[in-house]
Amino acid sequence: MPMLFDPFEQLQEFQRALDAFRSSGWLGAGLSAGGAYPPINVFRKGDDIVAIIEVPGVRKSDLDIRIERNTLRISGNKNIEYGDKAATHRRERAAGRFDRAVTLPIDIDADKIRAECRDGILALYLPRAERDKPRSIAVS
Amino acid sequence: MAQSQALQSQEKKELVSKDETTVPVRYFVPTTDIFETEDALTVVMEVPAVNKEAVDISVENEVLKIEAKIDPSKYDGMEPLYTEYNVGHFARSFTLSNKIDQQQINAKLEDGVLTLTLKKAQEAMPRKISVG
Repeated sequence: MPMLFDPFEQLQEFQRALDAFRSSGWLGAGLSAGGAYPPINVFRKGDDIVAIIEVPGVRKSDLDIRIERNTLRISGNKNIEYGDKAATHRRERAAGRFDRAVTLPIDIDADKIRAECRDGILALYLPRAERDKPRSIAVS
Repeated sequence: MAQSQALQSQEKKELVSKDETTVPVRYFVPTTDIFETEDALTVVMEVPAVNKEAVDISVENEVLKIEAKIDPSKYDGMEPLYTEYNVGHFARSFTLSNKIDQQQINAKLEDGVLTLTLKKAQEAMPRKISVG
């Protein structure tokens, strides 16, 4: 029987789409010099913009998010506590400060921004300002 | 020291060798720290977006296997505009050098960080032998 819904296939499709938009010009050229922390993905959902940021190991209280006009600034601190008396076999995780600002190419309604931080993912819901939304023009 | 350094993003490593799935969906290797104390081994791995229920841990033939799945349906209706990282499930396995007490594996997931504490089996604990 053919399967109508294949989550694996869907995820594969999605991974391909994410690759296709790697460093697209949307956030401005030259910005993605690579290595900027935290890594950001930006999506369109309906009229609005959603930024999904990976911050595993960063506590909510150590995060600071600011928006000024259409510049978004994410800063904070990632702490890693190493127990005493431990012999280290592997250390791949990195800790430290971060401060990143990105300028969005659209106008945001700053009063309606929503931020959620769960399971090491920071999701920012950035509603497009009314004046920025495309509108259809009736031909008379 | 390390705490005051400016953080850099690490590119997610793709998992190369794994039992193949029929659809070539990509898995990623979680960034991991491993520590050993006298009586336990601690494995700390970063698995952002993974829910507690979607973590699978097993120890078989001295191999510790961890699989952590994300929920791709969270991205329904989202159209990428600009991306810096890819998303997918996580998987990684380690061959253990110590015997582990399988009944005493403790797992905790907090802020996208999975911490496993594996107690060493009694016979693997260091013992002091006095010369009589």
